[in-house]
Amino acid sequence: MSAQRNKPAVSVADIRPDMERLRRRGFLRNALSLGALTMLTGCDLATHSGIDAALEAMLRFDDRVQAALFSRQRLAQTYPASDITRPYRFNAYYAEWQVRQAPDNWGLNVSGLVVDRRPWTLPALLALPQHEQITRHICIEGWSQIGQWSGVQLGTFLRHVGADLSARYVSFKCFDGYSTSIDMASALQPQTILALDFEEKPLAPQWGAPLRLRIPTKLGFKSAKNLEAIEVTNKYPGGYWENQGYDWFAGV
Amino acid sequence: MERRETGCRPAHPVAIRVMHWIGVYAMGCMIFSGWEIYNASPSLPFLFPTWTGLGGWLGGALAWHLSAMWLLFADGIAYLIYGLASGHFRRDLKPPRPAEMMHDLGAALRGRLMHHIGHYNAVQRVLYGGVIIAVILQVLTGLAIWKPVQLGWLTGLFGGYPITRDIHLATMFGIVAFVLIHVAMVVLHPRTLKSMIVTVPAEIEADR
Repeated sequence: MSAQRNKPAVSVADIRPDMERLRRRGFLRNALSLGALTMLTGCDLATHSGIDAALEAMLRFDDRVQAALFSRQRLAQTYPASDITRPYRFNAYYAEWQVRQAPDNWGLNVSGLVVDRRPWTLPALLALPQHEQITRHICIEGWSQIGQWSGVQLGTFLRHVGADLSARYVSFKCFDGYSTSIDMASALQPQTILALDFEEKPLAPQWGAPLRLRIPTKLGFKSAKNLEAIEVTNKYPGGYWENQGYDWFAGV
Repeated sequence: MERRETGCRPAHPVAIRVMHWIGVYAMGCMIFSGWEIYNASPSLPFLFPTWTGLGGWLGGALAWHLSAMWLLFADGIAYLIYGLASGHFRRDLKPPRPAEMMHDLGAALRGRLMHHIGHYNAVQRVLYGGVIIAVILQVLTGLAIWKPVQLGWLTGLFGGYPITRDIHLATMFGIVAFVLIHVAMVVLHPRTLKSMIVTVPAEIEADR
């Protein structure tokens, strides 16, 4: 904490997410690239050119293929405790020192196509049956690591709040500014959990305290940390990375 | 040695030429977007130069990779069906006997190996056969790291997700090495480039 106080008013880490976004939006792109040689410069999903539209159409096609390949009965491989990756790597769209603490009056809001919209407290979530898993977290960047989580199966939770299980999407909002969404079939896969514990201890802030999504059948960016709201909806919700061009289904 | 032309059959049937150039485009997209994806989390102590990447950032590169893969897949399947049905594989890409390979490899290394358009010497048969197998392996390892849960049996066959990712990278280097040798040979024998674009009669294979 003292290291945090000694930092300059604005550090590189402070503005890195913004720098990254600017770079991604194409403003700081190198003038010469293979894209330029093939006259496809700027085809990076940021310009909405013809090629970008074609790439986006292909990603939507990929999403349909992925949904067809997905089976709710198929489980991600589980590992013995000796395979857990230590130290476990922190990853977010911001630096680790920027991790947010949960608000004092934290509660999980539920909205959309559900019967019961009362917010949930931690004790109420802990009172539901708990599911434990040791699974591989695969990042879209290619690296992976094995971790241990436990919590409430999302399917159990959705049935508890009387969610319309024929709805298309489950959307997640986080108090750290992040958001994501998944398809209902993946939401009901038994290994998709609202995790309360990491390595048998209540989640620390950097692992998404007090509540995070853990979904081993999708790439890591779908396992949203620091949850504050869940919505069941038929309207495409997108998400922080999805809106910038990561493919939405992101199944593994 | 005298070179004569027969006029009986083209050096490369038009189907092969079309599939070759579609394959060049698809493989180019896969390799250069693959380098950009590699750069997001390099598993070896180097990065590919930024200007070689396709897609501008990880999301763009993945969009290219997951789009061009269908083109490569369709082109590859069409080529395999054509190669089997037309007798192209049986006639042109039969694995050479070891003695034949030693003879042609020795001649190639001394710069004395003759190339007749429309015919494949032992070194060519090994290289072209090898790159076909490498591309098949690349598609399979690619599927295995795209879907390590849904296609978990395939990922398991290769030894799990991290190892499969390493095999995918290593096979890329193999394919790139083939491309470098292949393009160098075309530079040495420019008439072969013409035969892959327009209809050129196959040459009669001279006696060795």
